Amino acid sequence: MAQINKFIKNFGWARIIIAIFLLALFIVAPIFGVRVDASLNDVIVRFGMSGIMVLSMVPMIQSGCGLNFGVPVGLISGMMGAVVSLEFKLTGMAGIGVAFLVGLVMAAVLGFLYGLLLNRVKGDEMIIATYVGFSFVFLMNILWLKLPFENPASVMGFKGEGLRVTISIEEYWIHVLSDLFKIPISKYLIIPTGMILFFILMCLIVWGFFKTKLGTAITAVGSNPDYARASGININKMRVVSVMLSTMLAAVGMIVFQQSFGFVQMFNSPLAFVFPSVAAVLLGGASVNKATITNVVIGTFLFQGILTMTPSVINSAINIDMSEIIRIIVSNGLIVYALTRKGR
Amino acid sequence: MNLLSTNNVLLKVEGVGKEYDGNRVLKDINFKLEKGKILGLVGENGAGKSTLMNILFGMKVIAETGGYEGAVYLNGEKIKFKSPVDALKAGIGMVHQEFSLIPGFTVGENVLLNMEKTKKSLISKVLGKRMETIDLPEIRKSAQKAIDTLGVQLDTETLVSEMPVGHKQFIEIAREIDRSQVKLIVLDEPTAVLTESEAEVLLKSMRLLADIGISIVFISHRLREITAICDTIVVLRDGLVVKETPSEGVDVRQIAEWMVGRDVDAEAKHIRSLVKIDEKDIIFEARNLWVDMPGETIKNVSLKVRRGEILGIGGLAGQGKLGIPNGIMGLFASGGEIFFEGKPLQLNNTLSALQSGIAFVSEDRRGVGLLLDEPIDWNIAFNAMQVQNKFLKSYLGGAIKWRDEKAMKTCALEYIKSLEIRCTSERQLARNLSGGNQQKVCLAKAFAMNPKLLFVSEPTRGIDVGAKKLVLDALRKYNEENNTTIVIISSELEELRSISDRIAIVCEGKIFGILQPASPVVDFGLLMAGEFQVNEEGEKIWLR
Repeated sequence: MAQINKFIKNFGWARIIIAIFLLALFIVAPIFGVRVDASLNDVIVRFGMSGIMVLSMVPMIQSGCGLNFGVPVGLISGMMGAVVSLEFKLTGMAGIGVAFLVGLVMAAVLGFLYGLLLNRVKGDEMIIATYVGFSFVFLMNILWLKLPFENPASVMGFKGEGLRVTISIEEYWIHVLSDLFKIPISKYLIIPTGMILFFILMCLIVWGFFKTKLGTAITAVGSNPDYARASGININKMRVVSVMLSTMLAAVGMIVFQQSFGFVQMFNSPLAFVFPSVAAVLLGGASVNKATITNVVIGTFLFQGILTMTPSVINSAINIDMSEIIRIIVSNGLIVYALTRKGR
Repeated sequence: MNLLSTNNVLLKVEGVGKEYDGNRVLKDINFKLEKGKILGLVGENGAGKSTLMNILFGMKVIAETGGYEGAVYLNGEKIKFKSPVDALKAGIGMVHQEFSLIPGFTVGENVLLNMEKTKKSLISKVLGKRMETIDLPEIRKSAQKAIDTLGVQLDTETLVSEMPVGHKQFIEIAREIDRSQVKLIVLDEPTAVLTESEAEVLLKSMRLLADIGISIVFISHRLREITAICDTIVVLRDGLVVKETPSEGVDVRQIAEWMVGRDVDAEAKHIRSLVKIDEKDIIFEARNLWVDMPGETIKNVSLKVRRGEILGIGGLAGQGKLGIPNGIMGLFASGGEIFFEGKPLQLNNTLSALQSGIAFVSEDRRGVGLLLDEPIDWNIAFNAMQVQNKFLKSYLGGAIKWRDEKAMKTCALEYIKSLEIRCTSERQLARNLSGGNQQKVCLAKAFAMNPKLLFVSEPTRGIDVGAKKLVLDALRKYNEENNTTIVIISSELEELRSISDRIAIVCEGKIFGILQPASPVVDFGLLMAGEFQVNEEGEKIWLR
């Protein structure tokens, strides 16, 4: 009994309830005529698509900058990488490679500036980050219309200028990661091995980074800034590094999402990723100032599991679309839950 | 005094016991406290003092962990408080070790927090008492009265955030006094953060309070204070009352023996063996140093530290002694010139000071000294890793350098053994260690850097007798074995005299003189009070 209690305490009630709920959905799925293998496929694909975005929360949490509500800064860099790559009409690995490269460079620059800004608002990072995210999306909305893109696939058909709301990458680099070493298990269950491996690689990079001297220093800054200062560490520099890393990971995450989705979603789309990413890492057990790779993996899996399973199962059962409502309750509820426990 | 007389007894504790998750911390505690008397409660850290006070004060943690056995009587009535609010209503006031003051409020506002004097207005007549306006002049007057009772000089208009630590304690106590119905005040180590002279003022005011009929439970690690002020002494050891005695005729040595259950050396004994120190070999020199540390300002300090010595720096709180190491290490803005091993050293640059081989153990253990949410091994290895690139292991031909967890563990285990750090493992979080063990981790952190010069600030503040001795022994041993120069800054003169080769006394932001540890105590006292200065030739220059 004591062991069970300890397990519950360590794992947390929120996660146990959601895990049980998810399990129940899988069990009842066949009753309502929902294919389990198709559901499993959806869960795995969505896990791979959004994993890196959730991972991008980790560096900033660890450095004490809090939850990255300004993740659109990174996501927009990823979008920019994608459209620039389309502009060169590159396909396959070359296409996604250029997208990564452009996205990373832009994310590094923007992340640096974003980090400088966050250094000036210590203690209120999360509020400011939210505003940064919102305002940057709308600033870019103007630029998406005005930048001189020319590829007919990207620009609006009737006018010949300004980017479309959704740009298809069908003929360029759709599924280049997802289809790499893919394992078809059944007609409805195809494991996107390449995308999962890429996510694991990113996790390893972040894990390895936090084992270096620099990563250790960043963790110390997040844990106790005064301690770090007394050890001769430049706190502001460490925070900027972590923000840059978070932003760059978000850019990569956006491109991975796009290649699996098959479209580059422009304009307000980054805003749709903010709360789900934050909620997923919290669901995984991270707090406002401590997060691990395990938190990311568990959180992404549970969150995406709920998101994909509820529409198919519950809709079949009661014929009402509940998915959006559940998504909002789960993600916003979790954020509120985590923020109220900040003081611990 | 007759302990058996039952009339006039304010507080009676009968057979109180307490268990946390199967871990017994109190067994059958019995004692009595009469009206207007002072009871000294002593015991090593972990003896059960805090738990006992939590029971008395109705803290939630007690009820949440299953309540307690036995009974507590106040004025003959059995009490069972559900929350501290009930205890306050019943007339029990408590001053905790950690401050609960609002930094942005003035002294007066803090003293009268939630007991503000108010003025009626038209709106309040309609909408009730909550709408009354604050009467600032009355608050000032009332706060001033409470502060005057304590016999200290404090301006009620100063912001708490701008006050030195030593003064904050008085505000806490003034707040408890201001409650007019208070019958019993519990002071949990109120003098730990005070200097000897400040503590004396506090003791005097405690006596005044007792004389007007308020009973006091006084918890302190400074045994001299206990013998000086208390009517009764209760000694706790491992959750048991090992001694309840009137204080007459009891001396410090006896109490210390009861507390630790073994013989301890007399405090004043010089534990350091005499070593030959070359007076010409100067390892560190400061010239016209100034440091802008709030509450501990240094105005103009010139100081030479000899290689291999232990230099003590003493002085009253607020006079600036803490500013010296904090300024040299670049934690607060400073100016002037410093030289290390003959070479000038950049001020306001923590990294360069650390890299040149100077280490610092901060007086603010929990704020600056430790990563509370990280394990012990991290805490110990961190500085050495960041500053000297120790505990790093290269992979892929040096392309990647990762933390060497194994080396960190070995190193942490070594210090856990040599410094007797009591912990479950090297992975235990620093937050969960007791004060004394946290201090040992701080020392280990500094030792791990193999410093040539070590600044140790208030190493024994708020830790028990046993741990104190261990900490001082560790410093002395480290000095002897590695020939490391140590500068130890402390408010406790006895401690400085027991370990130092020379003692510098800081007053009004300057060094007023350097004395030998064997110099008469009177000289130290007068020097601290700024009555005279001692020049380099050792001559006294009287100022008043």
